[in-house]
Amino acid sequence: MSGAFRWALLQLETWDITMVTLTINGTAHEVDAEPDMPLLWAIRDLVGLTGTKFGCGMAQCGACTVHLDGSPVRSCQTFVGDVGEAKITTIEGLTGKVAETVKAVWTDLDVPQCGYCQSGQIMSATDLLTNNPKPTDEDIDGAMAGNLCRCATYHRIRAGIHEAAKRLEA
Amino acid sequence: MFTKPANYSRFRAAQPSVSRRGFLIGALAAGGGLAVGFHLLPASEAQASTSADGTASQFTPYVMIDPSGKVTVLSSQFEMGQGSYNGIATLVVEELDADWSTIEVIGAAGDVKSLGNLAFGGALQATGGSTSMFTSWERYRQAGAATRAMLVSAAAEQWDVPASEIKVENGVLSHASGKQGGFGEFAATAAKMPVPANVTLKTPTDWKLIGKEDLKRFDSARKTNGTESYTLDVKLPGMLTAVMIHPPLFGAKVKSFDAKAAREVAGVVDVLETPRGVAVVAEHMWAAMKGRDAVTVEWDDSTAEKRGTAELSTLYNDLASKPAPAFARKDGDVDASIKTAAKVVEATLEFPYLSHAPMEPLNAVARRNEDGTVEIWGGHQFPDVYQGLAAQIAEVTPDKVKLHVMKTGGSFGRRAVFDGDVVVEAVYVAKAIGYRAPVKVQWTREDDMRAGRYRPMYVHKLKAALDADGKPIAFEDHVVGQSIMAKTMFEGMVKDGVDPTSVEGISNIPYSIPNQKIGLTTVDVGVPVLWWRSVGHTHTAFAAETMMDELAEAAGQDPVEFRLSLLEPGSRHAAVLKLAAEKADWGKPSAEGIFRGVAVAESFGTVVAEIADVSLKPDGGFKVERVVAAVDCGLAINPDQVRAQIEGGIGFGLGAISAEKITLTNGEVDQGNYDTYTPLRIDAMPKVEVHIVPSANPPSGIGEPGVPPIGPAVANALYKARGQRIRTLPFQV
Repeated sequence: MSGAFRWALLQLETWDITMVTLTINGTAHEVDAEPDMPLLWAIRDLVGLTGTKFGCGMAQCGACTVHLDGSPVRSCQTFVGDVGEAKITTIEGLTGKVAETVKAVWTDLDVPQCGYCQSGQIMSATDLLTNNPKPTDEDIDGAMAGNLCRCATYHRIRAGIHEAAKRLEA
Repeated sequence: MFTKPANYSRFRAAQPSVSRRGFLIGALAAGGGLAVGFHLLPASEAQASTSADGTASQFTPYVMIDPSGKVTVLSSQFEMGQGSYNGIATLVVEELDADWSTIEVIGAAGDVKSLGNLAFGGALQATGGSTSMFTSWERYRQAGAATRAMLVSAAAEQWDVPASEIKVENGVLSHASGKQGGFGEFAATAAKMPVPANVTLKTPTDWKLIGKEDLKRFDSARKTNGTESYTLDVKLPGMLTAVMIHPPLFGAKVKSFDAKAAREVAGVVDVLETPRGVAVVAEHMWAAMKGRDAVTVEWDDSTAEKRGTAELSTLYNDLASKPAPAFARKDGDVDASIKTAAKVVEATLEFPYLSHAPMEPLNAVARRNEDGTVEIWGGHQFPDVYQGLAAQIAEVTPDKVKLHVMKTGGSFGRRAVFDGDVVVEAVYVAKAIGYRAPVKVQWTREDDMRAGRYRPMYVHKLKAALDADGKPIAFEDHVVGQSIMAKTMFEGMVKDGVDPTSVEGISNIPYSIPNQKIGLTTVDVGVPVLWWRSVGHTHTAFAAETMMDELAEAAGQDPVEFRLSLLEPGSRHAAVLKLAAEKADWGKPSAEGIFRGVAVAESFGTVVAEIADVSLKPDGGFKVERVVAAVDCGLAINPDQVRAQIEGGIGFGLGAISAEKITLTNGEVDQGNYDTYTPLRIDAMPKVEVHIVPSANPPSGIGEPGVPPIGPAVANALYKARGQRIRTLPFQV
């Protein structure tokens, strides 16, 4: 979709800068963004929410993970023109029982080291637990393998997800 | 050649001979608070001092208490995830009896008298070599204790009671009479109290935080809810964002560039040449990136490095077969003893260039103010160096450069550079646009991966021999690779042709072997290199510990027993090895399909043993299922953070030996992003158990020492599984 979309844009000689409405964390933001702008940079540089991080720019590291209508996407490879009416949730607006439990466990277990990738880790972990309340190690590895952590906090991420599952079940 | 920072002479003088003594200093902070710090000085000048009419601006305090009672610790050590801020706060809060839950830590820079790292003779503020706790252990506790004493004196005077009757707990001073108050109430009065010349530190039995398992990091919540602020997140009024176009070959220079199309890109403000490449300046990152795609640059690569990995590999292997021009160790007579040996074991190992690839690609923000001062926000791991370099570019004196030390998304050594890298780029770009706006220079992942500063490529040519009883009698290595410190401000550390970072860990193996010879050939290659988490030990531990495994096998002995027979009984090496073996049930048969390997290595004053359980995958690959580690890092200030660093170090090291490599073709770096340079992901992370040896010795390093043993432990396990030794890294390609 995005590739075709960008191709179509390139066929246009000019296009007017259009104001686009992005609904982020329940608030509508009017931004002056070309449709091929990665959502990551719109969120960070135009809207000013900085919890979503830039790590690779090619959907390899997961630091930029946000939820689009509740499902995780890499915002560096999701383009403003593709978002449409979809509701965007960033780490700043991530709420609900699962998310709150994940965040509480993350601090209880001191999961983060540098912390830079953790917004993305938490976006992915919340999605995993929402869809799979009792994940196995293999489920966790499968769901979280797209989120790099150069500090290699993986041991605690795994433990954190199990612990969150336990607390949510109770 | 490198550019010498304006304050260069100071670094040349950096020798670990300066007295570690200093004096406590206190003052009234701006706004009526208390500020207490510590100055390093020769012992003859050391004395307690209060700056009577002084303000905190005359020195950099370690602790500040504002009138609201808020306690802020100013850290000399930079935070890249390793927990240095947390460790230093632990030391201060322990002695101060402040409230841990409200503590704040910020990075300080620009005052070497207060902030110099004792591991570098106090002459340079730097975070590196896993020295943060070593350099902070005494002085930050002393500052905490002095601050507490001054608060108590103030309360004693105000309440008119003896100081000895005042209790301090969790940020509250109290007296049996019922009087009590927070730190803020006494901060201003305390600032006028004499600074104690000597403070009595708590004894270990009185510690409430140091060594306690249940103390949580003060910064986990902000690193969980997206509010922690990194250089990436710095936004100043009117700030522009720039991306760089670096030369594709190391050593190439800009010949010309065409930015006509780039200037047409919406949001692009300017395209400029700097000494480090072409900068595309824009209103925001995406515009800068789009603009960059539209620039064409012609490069002058007449003096650039054009060799690729294949050529270097041939060269290094060839040099390794020739006599070494320099020696890091020569004990006995290796050649003669090998002639008498019953068995000789030989191995040639090859290690690739490695990228640090921290999650936050390098960045910095620079601004010149109306008064001529320059401010720089960044991951200032070598702040004094960056201050000096920035001052030269901005044509001001170093004291006019204010550094804001940001928390960073990893470093692993990458932000401790001699030439300032992205920090000087930010100043160059700000200068190039006439300082009309603050500028953030943000590297992309590809910039970060291709701009050099790698763990050097190395070849080790090893030979060792056993006598008829299976006792090792000779150990020889010839290391070939680039020097990290030559031609830098640390060149004074290179002695008799030996850069200690090339041979550390192999020129000082802990095993009793009478004849040893460690040679070094340093090659001149135009690929910029740097320390990478655990530096020389990244390759020397692999060489030493796989060789020990081969010797044990040749001697027909168990690898743990063999090592123990060559270690001093009661040594730290023997202790961690025994502890790891015991906890891993070494000696009992491993489960079906599980193969075990062991390694032990000392680095940065800390000794770590690791035992890896490895299984083979049907596709020929392998999985490390579990690692049991035992660590002696002296006193563990934050035991859970010691564990975290060993866990992370194992993951970091395992990723490297499994699949990380930077290669070059005709001088160009082949990798650019995490699709081709592949650090460990969660599905390859083993279960990790960390056991800490109880110790009353002063704390030694912990950020790096988890890394060295994992490679050889896994390689030794894989040998058991496959019957073939690993000679070329990474294993899995």
